[in-house]
Amino acid sequence: MSNAIERIQSAIKENKICIFMKGDRLFPQCGFSAATVQVFEQLGVPYGTVDVLSDPELREQIKVYSNWPTIPQVYIEGKFIGGCDIVRELYESGELQTLVRNAVAADAARG
Amino acid sequence: MDAAEVQALIERGLPEARVEVIDTTGGGDHFEALVVSERFEGKGLVERHQIVYAALGDAMRARVHALALKTLTPAQYQAQRR
Repeated sequence: MSNAIERIQSAIKENKICIFMKGDRLFPQCGFSAATVQVFEQLGVPYGTVDVLSDPELREQIKVYSNWPTIPQVYIEGKFIGGCDIVRELYESGELQTLVRNAVAADAARG
Repeated sequence: MDAAEVQALIERGLPEARVEVIDTTGGGDHFEALVVSERFEGKGLVERHQIVYAALGDAMRARVHALALKTLTPAQYQAQRR
């Protein structure tokens, strides 16, 4: 298994909510990454980010891993949720809030 | 790449679909697409987008920087118009 896939898997495992993005939360390097981070900031939940620009191999591998051609990509509890459009659509419909609440609740239950 | 090319690729992959594409910046690499198809019925958003990305194939990886996608079933489309 390539190192990039191991890095992807451990990032998804370590972060209930994991965003693969261009740049980081303070300095997103792309409008779609910025918009995605913005949604989670509004939800006020903890999330992890991985900057794909700092790792060219990971940047290519994440597209294969998720079968998704674009960045950003969001994982919640190990499940691929989608990119910027889907995150916004789920936020507007309220489904994202449910997903996030359940993820955070599962964490609290485990202590 | 222009909006018509993107539209033609999507239509080739999903001949039954109603497709509208606009070039959002005029630069030929940022697009917005509405795709309405019965094959989205019963499928989640990830799967719907993957179907459209598959139709775009290599163009999606190489030439399209950004594609904002809206994927609806015919019933959802009708409901939105009302």
